[in-house]
Amino acid sequence: MWEYTDKLKDHFFKPRNVGEVEDPDGVGEVGSLACGDALKLTFKLDKNGKIKDAKFKTFGCASAIATSSVLTEMIKGLTLDEASKVTNKDIADYLGGLPEQKMHCSVMGREALEAAIENYRSGGKKKHELEGNVICTCFGVTDREIERVISENDLTTVEEVTNYCKAGGGCGGCQSEIEKIIEKIQGDKIEQTPAPVPRRAGRLTNIQKIQLIQQTINEQIRPALRAHGGNIELIDVEANKVIVAFRGMCAQCKLAEYTMKDVVEAKLREFVSAELLVEEDKESALQPHNHRE
Amino acid sequence: MNTIYFDNNATTKVAEQVLEEIKPLFCELYGNPSSMHTFGGQIGRRIRQAREQVARLLGCEPSEIMFTSGGTESDNAAIKGALAAAPNRRKIITTRVEHPAVLAVCRELENHGYTVVELGVDRQGRLELAELAEQIDDDTALVTIMYANNETGVIFPVEKIAELVTSKGSIFHTDAVQAVGKIPLNLSKSRIDLLSLSGHKLHGPKGVGALYVRKGTRLSPFMLGGHQEAGRRAGTENVPGIVGLGKACELAAENLEAENSRVKALRDKLEDAILETCPDSRLNGDPENRLPNTSNISFEYIEGEAILLMLDKYGICASSGSACTSGSLEPSHVLRAMGVPFTAAHGSIRFSLSRYNTEKEVDYTIEKMPRIVNQLRELSPFVAK
Repeated sequence: MWEYTDKLKDHFFKPRNVGEVEDPDGVGEVGSLACGDALKLTFKLDKNGKIKDAKFKTFGCASAIATSSVLTEMIKGLTLDEASKVTNKDIADYLGGLPEQKMHCSVMGREALEAAIENYRSGGKKKHELEGNVICTCFGVTDREIERVISENDLTTVEEVTNYCKAGGGCGGCQSEIEKIIEKIQGDKIEQTPAPVPRRAGRLTNIQKIQLIQQTINEQIRPALRAHGGNIELIDVEANKVIVAFRGMCAQCKLAEYTMKDVVEAKLREFVSAELLVEEDKESALQPHNHRE
Repeated sequence: MNTIYFDNNATTKVAEQVLEEIKPLFCELYGNPSSMHTFGGQIGRRIRQAREQVARLLGCEPSEIMFTSGGTESDNAAIKGALAAAPNRRKIITTRVEHPAVLAVCRELENHGYTVVELGVDRQGRLELAELAEQIDDDTALVTIMYANNETGVIFPVEKIAELVTSKGSIFHTDAVQAVGKIPLNLSKSRIDLLSLSGHKLHGPKGVGALYVRKGTRLSPFMLGGHQEAGRRAGTENVPGIVGLGKACELAAENLEAENSRVKALRDKLEDAILETCPDSRLNGDPENRLPNTSNISFEYIEGEAILLMLDKYGICASSGSACTSGSLEPSHVLRAMGVPFTAAHGSIRFSLSRYNTEKEVDYTIEKMPRIVNQLRELSPFVAK
């Protein structure tokens, strides 16, 4: 059970400003059914350019609903310049805090507000668009968004980033990229812990090499495939040739644009040895799957 | 406010008779059954009695029952113990809808060189036996497939599966945590090798369970130490737990048929009414081969945690396959394996009843449910006005 504040519960059970304002000046829509939460925010300005009315419709858990409700309360009476300064932290603070794993609800509120303001400023043309490069394909989160939650909330771990914007919370395949972004922004703030996998050791015995290949497959490759219903098996290692088999259903996989072989090879070269070549097991190559071009 | 407890697949109330049985074992009869003196020795008799009570419910020999700390330990002990006893085979077959106590163990074994095959299910959560038959080969050490699913209540044809698996020389384990006490079992007529059960799912205490090990099944011990449980599971016995589990099994056996039809009638009433009064709701799972107490219903356009909190306000306890209730960001792996769309998975609610539920409670919930659904749909951007 989540520890929700009384204020949050109050806004969940008695949400304020539900619906859509008539003839809105700005409309912001973020999230989707598939992601598990979505918010549509509409507002109307008065003649002085202040937000006269704001309403919301939200699909999501109790904290998503309560966050949307307080957001409408917070922005009423603000100019758009003032409203655009509202951060996700302000929203969470207004509720008396949110459980860590629910911080992404406050980020969704801020995103919807931004989208609505952008929509107004573009004369109703602009809808919410992703800016930057998508890092987390499971939840469609870009590097810009990740950078923003890190600096606005002073985040230092991947887990925190996931709590705040969901990135990395699906298959986990982008966690190392998130780590790099954290490093870039927080630099010396984070404690330097040695990487879990020994980076490309110099000379390896055959047994050490095979173990490291297996470990890299287990820790770096399989989790991402697994999340998309696929799997990989190490069949054999002959000198620098690594023979693997792909298993499972990968039909809807978002990695389909790459050849799986290349992805695996890149990881193995990064973690084990630059000389490695990956080959797909003949039997497995005959199975239908979409990972090959 | 009265609590209406419809979350019995999560845990159950300890039966009053079970509590009475356990009480003296803390301050009066606290001896160690391994002791040589009469004071401790008399406890051994209580454990023997509990073993008989469990065996009677399952239709097996008392010597085939090994007590554990619960369902998770039983699953771990069965899977790891069976594999260790068959070191030359390296393949495990399971399903995508298993409880994490099985699935996580299998996936970890994959990192130790085992090949793990996870069978899929159809839209109603059913297995394709032909696919299983195809997968079993000379290298298959173990097949582990649950008896009944905790989320949907779907019952697998475990007896048929057991015949198929054992006829090919592999070991068959079933996680029957949700089935024991809810549907009749008779292991003396079955080919199941290993079966896990848990005390707190059948009105016994938490922290105790059992593993049925068919006579002659090779199983390496999971926990090493003393000679308890015939050397198969070391550690001083959880005496109150074991005695409580025994009593709970005795009660379950007594009431099984009668209680099942009563609970099923309540479940059906609740389910039929909700599906009828709440538009855009659908049942998840096989309507036929299902536990009599479980109902898993999806409500489109709204989210499960929000529904649970609304129910909670009325004192109604249920659970959800929504991402938000798990602490993870993905909805239930069971519903996803069944191909339930994300939209419906996020809005899924599981009601699981027990013999302590009443018709009044069902009626009260039937009255509240459409209101809750409508209230949340009014907030949802996906519902047109």
